[in-house]
Amino acid sequence: MILSVENVSLAFGGVKALSEVSFEVKEHEIRAIIGPNGAGKSSMLNVLNGVYQPQQGKIRFKDEEFERMDPHEAASLGIARTFQNIALFKGMTVLDNLMTGRNLRMRCNFLQQALWLGPAKREELQHRRAVEQIIDFLEIQHIRKTPVGRLPYGLQKRVELGRALAAEPKLLLLDEPMAGMNLEEKQDMCRFVLDVNDQYGTTIVLIEHDMGVVMDISDRVVVLDYGRKIADGTPEAVRNDQKVIDAYLGVAH
Amino acid sequence: MPIEVIFFIEVLVGGLLAGVMYSLVALGFVLIYKASGVFNFAQGAMVFFAALTFVSLLEMQWNFWLALLVTLAVMVVLGLVTERVVLRPLTNQPPITLFMATIGLAFVLEGLSQLIWGSQPHGLDLGIADVPIEWLSQRWNVNISQFDIFAACIAGLLVAVLAVFFQKTRIGRALRAVADDHQAALAVGIPLQHIWAIVWAVAGFVALVAGLIWGVRNGVQFALTFVALKALPVLLIGGFESIPGAIIGGLIIGATEKVAEVYFGPMVGGGIESWFAYVVALLFLLVRPEGLFGEKHIDRV
Repeated sequence: MILSVENVSLAFGGVKALSEVSFEVKEHEIRAIIGPNGAGKSSMLNVLNGVYQPQQGKIRFKDEEFERMDPHEAASLGIARTFQNIALFKGMTVLDNLMTGRNLRMRCNFLQQALWLGPAKREELQHRRAVEQIIDFLEIQHIRKTPVGRLPYGLQKRVELGRALAAEPKLLLLDEPMAGMNLEEKQDMCRFVLDVNDQYGTTIVLIEHDMGVVMDISDRVVVLDYGRKIADGTPEAVRNDQKVIDAYLGVAH
Repeated sequence: MPIEVIFFIEVLVGGLLAGVMYSLVALGFVLIYKASGVFNFAQGAMVFFAALTFVSLLEMQWNFWLALLVTLAVMVVLGLVTERVVLRPLTNQPPITLFMATIGLAFVLEGLSQLIWGSQPHGLDLGIADVPIEWLSQRWNVNISQFDIFAACIAGLLVAVLAVFFQKTRIGRALRAVADDHQAALAVGIPLQHIWAIVWAVAGFVALVAGLIWGVRNGVQFALTFVALKALPVLLIGGFESIPGAIIGGLIIGATEKVAEVYFGPMVGGGIESWFAYVVALLFLLVRPEGLFGEKHIDRV
């Protein structure tokens, strides 16, 4: 078990975003979180990497227990993420964006870097090599030096995935990685997510709206509705669950 | 060479070199704007504070280098304290709030520096006389101040170092990342506070250099805080986010304002040097609102 969420509740004032949600993520699995709009999926992800702090509950990551995370701590523990509405550094090139992903792995201090001493230079080159591998992996060689703001949406999503991968995370959180993509882009993205899981052995938690995608690539699925967990299991089990069908299609009153 | 040409060269070069000194001040603004999206109104006060501290230490018979080192330390500490006391509590507030905070900071700094060191003007001498370079005067009959050249070299060096630092190192990249998107920077594990502390400390260092150079030229006095206002048109032309832009902007402002003063000033009774820079900046705004090197923002609709 790499991650377990125990009884997490999160409220904004009187609005309950999550109530007593618990689930577990096994090492090396692709775990999807689905649910209708406003079900609390993004909130859940934000709790996992410390953007939101839950009022109640615990998060256990790799045998360590946390009441709350903060984003910096989460990043240094090996949790990387992407955002629903892309949070890249738009003025910077693809390469620089990916290099920021390696920030935590670089050790040279301020003075060494300010003076551009040997160790700083070597370190830079070593990390540059790692980033080039990710660039090859994601097939974005041709846009290496392009400022991210000029890229089409689908490619930006891919770059954001690259930046998360650059940190060599243990756990990768993807918030709607295929949102707003056309069919071809979706297929590419699916392939990359599966390859990441396969080649790097990264555990992945992803939120997705496209049911086809979810059923295809995830090992297990958590279903949220109005901040509560209503189902948890393999894609087939979840698909046939009456509560899930009701949540998505509505119930006759 | 005919006398008119020599005179023109003197005016132009004098203007360009004065422009470099504006750039030095503008640089401090650019640093902080790049890293935090904050227009630091207190930059002028920092320049004043640095120069006043240094000159006061010198007058207490301190050794030159010791005084320089101590002043640098004071500026770095000032930067760190500013981050801790002013900026950190205001994380994630809109830019206008941060801007207002820096206005407050400017007044606190101006008051504080005069409280500690008194308010009388001081002269400052770095050991490089503000006199024309001899061989240039003899050979070509062109008078160019050797101090101006010295100031220009310092500024050039500073810009080169900062540009490399921003472009090529991890911390430089982290600075740019923070400037671009706080949330995303946090998610990749860049500690916001750490970065701000660094950038304010570096801005303090730049303020010290600017303060020394300007202190020699104009004396260390309260009016030093106003050189910050001269940096504004430089920023409008160069763009708030560009270090090379600060230099080019400074050159343009310095040259045009001197040339305008000498050749067009007499037509309107003189004294246009003090406001001509703003006219140039306004014209620039009409043509290229993002500045020469600024990032063009295209919004998705």
